[in-house]
Amino acid sequence: MTPPDGLAAQTAPAPSSAAPLLVAPPLRQAPPRGPIATLKKHTKIVRISLSERMTYRSDFLLGTILRFLPLVTTILLWKSIYESSGRSELAGFRYREMIAYLLLTHISRMFSSMPGLAAGIARDIREGTLKRYLIQPVDMIGYLLSSRVAHKVAYITMSFLPYMGLFVLCRRYFDGFPDALTMAAYAASLVLSFLVGFFFEASVGMVGFWFLEVTSLLYIVMTLNFFISGHMLPLDLLPQPWSAILKALPFQYMAYFPAVVFLRKITGWSLVLHLLLELTWAIVFMVLCRGLYRLGLKRYSAYGG
Amino acid sequence: MAIIEAAGLTKTYRVFQKKEGVLAALRGLYKREYREVRAVDRISFAIEPGEMVAFLGPNGAGKTTTLKMLSGLIYPTSGEARVLDFVPWQRADLFRRQFSLVMGQKNQLWWDLPAADSFQLHREIYSIPQAEFAKTLGELTELLGVAKLTRQAVRELSLGERMKMELIAALLHGPRLLLLDEPTIGLDVVAQAAIQKCLRDYHSQRGVTMLLTSHYMRDVEALCDRVLVINRGGMVYDGPLAGIIEKFGESKLVKLQFEGPAPDDLGRFGQVVRREGPFADIRIERSRVSEILSAVLDRHALADVTVEDPPLEEIIAKVFEEARLDHDAA
Repeated sequence: MTPPDGLAAQTAPAPSSAAPLLVAPPLRQAPPRGPIATLKKHTKIVRISLSERMTYRSDFLLGTILRFLPLVTTILLWKSIYESSGRSELAGFRYREMIAYLLLTHISRMFSSMPGLAAGIARDIREGTLKRYLIQPVDMIGYLLSSRVAHKVAYITMSFLPYMGLFVLCRRYFDGFPDALTMAAYAASLVLSFLVGFFFEASVGMVGFWFLEVTSLLYIVMTLNFFISGHMLPLDLLPQPWSAILKALPFQYMAYFPAVVFLRKITGWSLVLHLLLELTWAIVFMVLCRGLYRLGLKRYSAYGG
Repeated sequence: MAIIEAAGLTKTYRVFQKKEGVLAALRGLYKREYREVRAVDRISFAIEPGEMVAFLGPNGAGKTTTLKMLSGLIYPTSGEARVLDFVPWQRADLFRRQFSLVMGQKNQLWWDLPAADSFQLHREIYSIPQAEFAKTLGELTELLGVAKLTRQAVRELSLGERMKMELIAALLHGPRLLLLDEPTIGLDVVAQAAIQKCLRDYHSQRGVTMLLTSHYMRDVEALCDRVLVINRGGMVYDGPLAGIIEKFGESKLVKLQFEGPAPDDLGRFGQVVRREGPFADIRIERSRVSEILSAVLDRHALADVTVEDPPLEEIIAKVFEEARLDHDAA
């Protein structure tokens, strides 16, 4: 309905009148680089993710408590296995050690499991929210790693008390704390298990670039991982050659390895070697994850978006 | 130097053709049939610093695909583009710091957090100095009237409020180029007007360059001096908005109010659209308006006359339609 001359009055000032201001927006300088700046940026991401995490704290607490219920049945099950076998040791594990091992794998998984990471990446790809990482000057993998650190910090902080309670209740299964050096190795193995878990699952998520529907694949991978990481039972319990094969695979570092470090079943040079191997696997998965991301982006940019 | 330069930009997608029936579906498992879809077909244009340009076209014309190429999300099949003097799909860090892409249908803010937290995250991601950040944020929330809502979780905001927050997030780092895809989609008239005003004010203060797509002609009229019309992937028109009316609006609507009842011999002047009591609306060829008006005045006593262009929507629909016919004929 607007007559043509009405247009000029309504529209914004013509580009020419805005011209003197064109110098005003400063050309944004490249940001300060280097590890300190990057760390600072990611600390902020961690902080913000943390407050996002706390939005659903009651759900969170309930989930943490419910996680322990199956433990009771597991303890009773192993008790009857040992009693019926009539042996005091199975594959080098005494009954008390077995229970301690199963409790400790919970700690391992607290670090290495990444609920929703692979599925989230696949969803970002499918629904196009991946765009944000391509448009904004932020790296997707770095961003996800930071927010995952935040999630873990929140999770570990919040489940500290329930875990303490549990371990106090179950203290008779343990021979007290190991020496400081072993504790340090244990801590290192847990941090590395976080990295192995993160980059492994992120790599799985990258499959979403090639397949739209990844739910069933993820289900298979996660179920398999639950078993071959030693979360269900110590890998030593399996017959040869399976036990040796699984101990050569990277998945053991997500549950089995930290637990046996704590139980002092791996010591000395063997321990150092395994820590180095664990680090190597973390790097291998990191490279794999980066490579898949790069390839995936190429494909995404050509076909989708 | 132009902010955006596109030359022969073309994007072809391969679309899997799913056939009906079980047998055909099984065949599809080993032998897939693809159809090539040319979403954008050799379009070229240049946008100078400070321009506000509307990108018009019916659904599926290739607008969003073009914006995706210009923001570096996808590679073109052929052709070239330079945006802010970068090749967008190389995604240089410095390039990403200087533009924003706002998609009306996509959410960039964190759903469960107050918008203020997302803004903080942007501050970190774009390394915006604290003082500049606080100043820009204050101005923008004031401008859009959402200063009180930034501490509320984004999921609790209305669509209009959320869109305003999205816009603030997109402007915080002071982009030199703003690409907007349907920024007012689904918003009520008041929210639309607020978004338009914000964009207009921001443009006049900062001289930012904008390229926007919209189906609302109100947005286009309020914001843009220049329009690009694409249809079926190809460029149909590039020029001032008023030029579209000149070029494609061949007729004008003359609304007459007579002293007495409207006479019934008006048909010879043009197409009578309405005749009721003293009122009559006639559609007249643009070039003959003055001639016919004086002829009517010679014969009848008039109380009032207005001359209007047909609604912009109607003209644009005609442009789209003509482009379709040309395309089919070719």
